[in-house]
Amino acid sequence: MVVVGGGVTGAGVARDCALRGLRVLLVERHDLATGASGRNHGLLHSGARYAVTDPESAAECVGENHILRRIARHCVEPTDGLFITLPEDDLDYQRLFVESCHRVGIEAERLDPAEALAMEPAVNPSIVGAVRVPDASIDPFRLVASNVLDARLHGAEVLTYHEVVELLREGDRIVGVRVRNAATGEQREVYCRIVVNAAGIWGHLIARRAGVEIAMFPAKGSLLVFGHRVNHMVINRCRKPADADILVPGDTISLIGTTSKRISFDEIDLNEVTAEEVDVLLREGTKLCPSLATTRILRAYAGVRPLVADDNDPLGRSISRGIVCLDHAERDGLEGLVTITGGKLMTYRLMAERATDLVCRKLGITSLCTTATTPLPGSKEELKGASRRGRKEFLSLRAGEKGARGRHGDMAENIRFERSKDRALVCECEQVSVAEIRYAIESLNADHLVDLRRRTRLGMGTCQGHLCAMRAAGVMAEMRGDAEGALADVAGFIDERWRGVRPVAWGASLVEAQFTQWFYDGVCGLGDRNNDSDKKEE
Amino acid sequence: MKLEHKNISENNFEQCTKCTICTLYCPMVEVNPLYPGPKQSGPDGERYRLKEPMYYDEGLNYCLNCKRCEISCPSGVRIGDIIALAKVRNRKGLPTVRDMLLSSTVSVGSVATRMSGLVNRSLESERFRRGLESMVGIDHRHTLPRYAEESFEEWFRREAAEKQSCYSRRVSYFHGCYANYNDPALGRELVEVLNAVGYGVRLLEGERCCGMVKIANGRKERAMRDAKRNLVAIRRAVAEGDKVVATSSSCTFALRDEYQYLLGLDNEDVKDSITLITRFLFRQWERGNIKFAFREDFRMRVAYHSACHIERLGWAIYSTSLLRLVPGLELEMLPSRCCGMAGTYGFKRENYDYSQAIGRPLFDLIEASGAEVVATDCESCKWNIERSTSKRVMHPLSILAAALDMERTRELNGVMDK
Repeated sequence: MVVVGGGVTGAGVARDCALRGLRVLLVERHDLATGASGRNHGLLHSGARYAVTDPESAAECVGENHILRRIARHCVEPTDGLFITLPEDDLDYQRLFVESCHRVGIEAERLDPAEALAMEPAVNPSIVGAVRVPDASIDPFRLVASNVLDARLHGAEVLTYHEVVELLREGDRIVGVRVRNAATGEQREVYCRIVVNAAGIWGHLIARRAGVEIAMFPAKGSLLVFGHRVNHMVINRCRKPADADILVPGDTISLIGTTSKRISFDEIDLNEVTAEEVDVLLREGTKLCPSLATTRILRAYAGVRPLVADDNDPLGRSISRGIVCLDHAERDGLEGLVTITGGKLMTYRLMAERATDLVCRKLGITSLCTTATTPLPGSKEELKGASRRGRKEFLSLRAGEKGARGRHGDMAENIRFERSKDRALVCECEQVSVAEIRYAIESLNADHLVDLRRRTRLGMGTCQGHLCAMRAAGVMAEMRGDAEGALADVAGFIDERWRGVRPVAWGASLVEAQFTQWFYDGVCGLGDRNNDSDKKEE
Repeated sequence: MKLEHKNISENNFEQCTKCTICTLYCPMVEVNPLYPGPKQSGPDGERYRLKEPMYYDEGLNYCLNCKRCEISCPSGVRIGDIIALAKVRNRKGLPTVRDMLLSSTVSVGSVATRMSGLVNRSLESERFRRGLESMVGIDHRHTLPRYAEESFEEWFRREAAEKQSCYSRRVSYFHGCYANYNDPALGRELVEVLNAVGYGVRLLEGERCCGMVKIANGRKERAMRDAKRNLVAIRRAVAEGDKVVATSSSCTFALRDEYQYLLGLDNEDVKDSITLITRFLFRQWERGNIKFAFREDFRMRVAYHSACHIERLGWAIYSTSLLRLVPGLELEMLPSRCCGMAGTYGFKRENYDYSQAIGRPLFDLIEASGAEVVATDCESCKWNIERSTSKRVMHPLSILAAALDMERTRELNGVMDK
């Protein structure tokens, strides 16, 4: 079977299928988690957000919330969340909210404002009410990489930077895909019994290539990344879901989001964040947490929600975030194609389970889904170790080892810190060592510097690539023996970082960006390099 | 909200543009690969510690608190403070016996001066120091400062206090533990010089240790208690129109900056009234408020070493300008380098080698210089340089006292001889 799409859904499907003994090929046109999977809040919803408006999604969320805390411990940080009521909000909504949560089995505990403030000092002190729910943060990049890693450990093959350009059809049956290698342009055909379309918003185009229509609904959501942890709990507004009303502490940073804007299919690859969106995010964000107004903003980014348009809601707010699993044989009379879409980052496992159940049914395989109980690679032990000894041991590690342990969980055992050079930091902001970079290149399908970012947090910190890009390129060039390729990668990496900084380029972030430019342009001569190639093209 | 407060976080840690110049200026980085360096220990590490305190890197304990990182920072990030606060937060349980001993400057000092003969003899004995090393971890190779037979305060009460009211102008003196217990001569010289230029001196009521060594040894609560008492005393003196002068650059720095940034005490009302004696004297001289008459036969070749905390204050210029007023004094500026001592840091067994390695280039420069005397405003630099080089080390005020013709100075300033 072939899974199209290296987002969280595709990765989850590939893993589930591999665990059930299928021969799997995962095809992704860019890198893992480059679409909506890597462009979201990283929020492990308790389901509370949807309890009032979409109880079906809420119930899916709460179930998956409990499962992911067990199977993806290295990706999840159990922060808990607050739903706060501000003076301008209707406090009556809180009662409805708590009742709705309880109805679908979400723990929701009403707190008085003083308690909430003591629990989360960053929250707006003028709150009139708060409810505590089991929200958490989840690292989407790690989640995708871990699923892919486990799929590969169970025999799956993975082709990143390979685009599906055609679905091979024999009569009323899809029998394979034609893929194009993005680097070489080379094309090849892969035959299989079933293709699972897990391509997110691009699934619309994949379906179209197979000659079927799925009316999908691209809704762009923008977010801002703040320089450090401002809050320790997820902070939500206790009201009907609206713009910029969730602040998530994600790894070393805090994230405010999102906006929601309907866009056309021409725009789904642009991911531009506008000045108006930045305004809304900041204005609304400071209502949740006033200190955001004085916190350095690292960057802005946007993703496109792969919603399935089943009504004409112009803002895409009341649309169901429920899971859509389509058997195109049943729906369109086309055998060999399954589409799995809708859903959310955190219901990916359930989506994968439903798609894999369907695949197995179609192939006459009876093995059962085990992903709800089988931990992902890395999830075995908790970061700190519950024991005193575990704590002491963790404390005694050097920065690069701590960073690796925090990100890769028990898989960090495979990262070899043998020579002192292995401990040297490539990315100082995010404590990524030479050894971790090597591990990501060797074991986690990282082909480019931007992929290393998604595997390790390289360049995601305060300096946004200023210090680490060149060093990582050095490690990569050494391992691959390809200095030219690595150098070209640096330019791409820095350009990609700048794209995110530009919408919020003021204050210290602008100084940083300017400094980065001097460094790469002036000191490293990267600007000249680009100019030279421009001249050649002329 | 004022515009300048926008985007300014505590200790400016978000203002870091990752230029890494601080790491270049860090004396510890030069000698110790286990120290992550100020950038990584400070603003970088702080992000991880905010995420989860377990990311605290034990390598931070190597930080000298010299603040040279802060001096070098073009973005005004208080890197040293970020590190110092992280160390304090990470400290759990009681300090070790060694750290208690080293940081209890008042209790140890008051006992040691009473039995100074025995204490000094013991400290001179290598066997005793080896015992001290194996028992508590104070490196035996380091000579510990000698204790005086009589504290400065005792001398002052007996000999000087009464006469101070004859002067028309007055300052309060924060002597610090070193001048009080180890070098009362420095305190006596301060009184002599200030009296000669027409200033009466009084002590603060109930002066406590400035707290610098207590903060460095993880005893923030005790430091806080002392700091609050000192501020009460300083406020009283300032309210009565006094400037508060100190001879120790580190005490001065603690009273002015560490109180504000590390202890979180509001000292804004008195900060500008706390100053270093050399700065006070030079500025008074510059304004024509006081005059100096120097001995004609005075000759001295002096190399000035700017201690880390005077460097952070930006005040080395006052000490050197004062020294330059002395005819017959040849002044050589040593390149600004940490001597490695950093208060109690260099005494500790685990730090000794790093401390000496940091100081080595400075010691070599001192040996190679033509100077007879090294001048510095910091007592801990004085101990370290004296034991590590062949030169004598003096406080600039002591040099001034030696160079002044006291009788003529008193006349010039209209002070009647009693």
